[in-house]
Amino acid sequence: MQGYLWFAAKRFVQLLAVIFFGVSAMFVVTYLSPIDPVEQVLGRLSARSNLSPEAIAATRLALTEMFGTDQPVLTQYVNFWSRLLRGDLGASLMAFPTPAMELVLRALPWTLGLLLTSTAITFVVGNLAGGLAGYFQNSRLLKAFGIVTMGLQPIPYYIVAFIILIVFGYLWPVLPISGGFAMDVRPGWTLPFILSVLQHSLLPALSLVLVGLGGWFIGMRALVSNIVTEDYVTYAELAGVRRDTIVGDYVIRNALVPQVTALAMVIGGVFSGTVITEQVFNYPGMGSLLVDAVNAGDYSTVLAVCTISIAAVALAIFIVDLLHPLLDPRVRAE
Amino acid sequence: MFAVLRDLIRYNAEFTIGLILVGIVAIFAALSFFSPVDPTQIYLAIPDQPPSAQYWFGTNSRGQDMFWQLSAAFKNSLLFGITVAVLSRIISIAVGLAAGYLGGWVDRVLMFINDIFVAVPIFPILVLFYFVLRNHMDSFTMALIMACFGWPFDARLIRSVALGLKHREFTRHAVFAGMSTRKVLLEEHLPYVMPIVFSTFMNNMLWSIGMEVTLAVLGFTNINNPTIGTVLYWANSHSAMVVGVWWWVVIPVILIVITFVGLFLLAVSMNEYIDPRSRLRRMGA
Repeated sequence: MQGYLWFAAKRFVQLLAVIFFGVSAMFVVTYLSPIDPVEQVLGRLSARSNLSPEAIAATRLALTEMFGTDQPVLTQYVNFWSRLLRGDLGASLMAFPTPAMELVLRALPWTLGLLLTSTAITFVVGNLAGGLAGYFQNSRLLKAFGIVTMGLQPIPYYIVAFIILIVFGYLWPVLPISGGFAMDVRPGWTLPFILSVLQHSLLPALSLVLVGLGGWFIGMRALVSNIVTEDYVTYAELAGVRRDTIVGDYVIRNALVPQVTALAMVIGGVFSGTVITEQVFNYPGMGSLLVDAVNAGDYSTVLAVCTISIAAVALAIFIVDLLHPLLDPRVRAE
Repeated sequence: MFAVLRDLIRYNAEFTIGLILVGIVAIFAALSFFSPVDPTQIYLAIPDQPPSAQYWFGTNSRGQDMFWQLSAAFKNSLLFGITVAVLSRIISIAVGLAAGYLGGWVDRVLMFINDIFVAVPIFPILVLFYFVLRNHMDSFTMALIMACFGWPFDARLIRSVALGLKHREFTRHAVFAGMSTRKVLLEEHLPYVMPIVFSTFMNNMLWSIGMEVTLAVLGFTNINNPTIGTVLYWANSHSAMVVGVWWWVVIPVILIVITFVGLFLLAVSMNEYIDPRSRLRRMGA
């Protein structure tokens, strides 16, 4: 148990380091940029309406105070962190005066739901199929499955999502291709709403699953086909241990350990995919919010989305890492 | 080197197919050096012409000949991928070899930084870069940023190989013969990690070109520079599928799939080549 706590503490330090580094990098990027957020916002505001010079000057003063761009770097950096810790990143500009954080928190459940379910499905199906394909190397069905998933795997998320959109949008329109739920359903914990959400999430989730499967399949098949040649597997077979026990407890469980490590490493990449998928299927999550905010020049919301996504991805990796020792007793003992 | 290539082509169908696919795309991209039209100009041809003898891939709604447009786009995208791959390989070799060979606190510090880079999601950061740089963001800037994030996976791989090399006889000989650390790493250890470098090179290109497509499709790059992504961006912004200009979308998508499957097959077969057991199985030994 002490070993586990030590392991968890080390991972926690790493979690903090990732968040610190990521957020600091964001600050540096925004600080070093040749574009002044105040002028950018002003440009957007004055392009739409006729403001008097006095009003522009007053707005500029207010915005400078809000962004704090007139202060020295270090003060700005400290301010940035203190506001972040209080969860206050200013008002969004595209939905003024809603706080940017609130927009993000509204979008977060959609992305989390999509990301978690599709990652879980991908991980389970990919590893199971890969493990079986490594063990039963002559199965035609599994070979065919492997060729299809491997063919899809290298193709960028966007292209796969786009092809699905064309297939289900133009050629065979049976599933909704846009939005998070049907227009005529009132949001709430009611059956029609949940069904509508599930129905709308099918295509985005499908595109994420299709792209993700191949990687797990290939990795697991390679791991299992190495493990199968180990002496203890031969011994178990000779000793007459049941087939499913060998596959499940002896082979796949051992092969799963590096795969869980890999899961922690790909979450960041899967998140990028989710962002694209949301944009393609017009899903109301963080990705769509980010794209809208960039197009609207909404400084606070872009920062809020980036911060939360960095923190969320780091947290997800942290949780996966904590699960790791449960599978592999050697990590616990260290 | 040629013997290796010959063996790979003879015994590894995946490598051969990958080589042919990538070769086709590379030749197609290289044609853009002889392009009769400037791919950044618009309304040079009759818009919306389907594929014909005159316009092999048709023309788009912006009056561009899609054949030359795509040729230039693939050249730019491949060059972008190669730039990112070369730059990030340099970082990953330096970090991986140094961490593996020197060990101790150097290793711990480098791997700590490595793990941080693995965990930071790159997409929001790239979008943030675009958001603050806007039109200052050209493809070389983007390649630099992506190279800064594309090395950690491979640095870890290289480190694990370098760890094994450290205790080998020849390393000790080299050290006793008075070779400097830099020389040991570059002359003795580097050749051993080259297969990994080649295989991860392909994977890195897949990753960076895919990322570029993603960003460009959203309009988050310099959209006037023809790349695979910007071709799709313009197709989307003119609703090509809806108005029936299908060749504007279908032909690029087919070419992209060819490129990605080709690069992927090369990476996979290269990986297999690194592992001698699977190579022997394939040769029937």
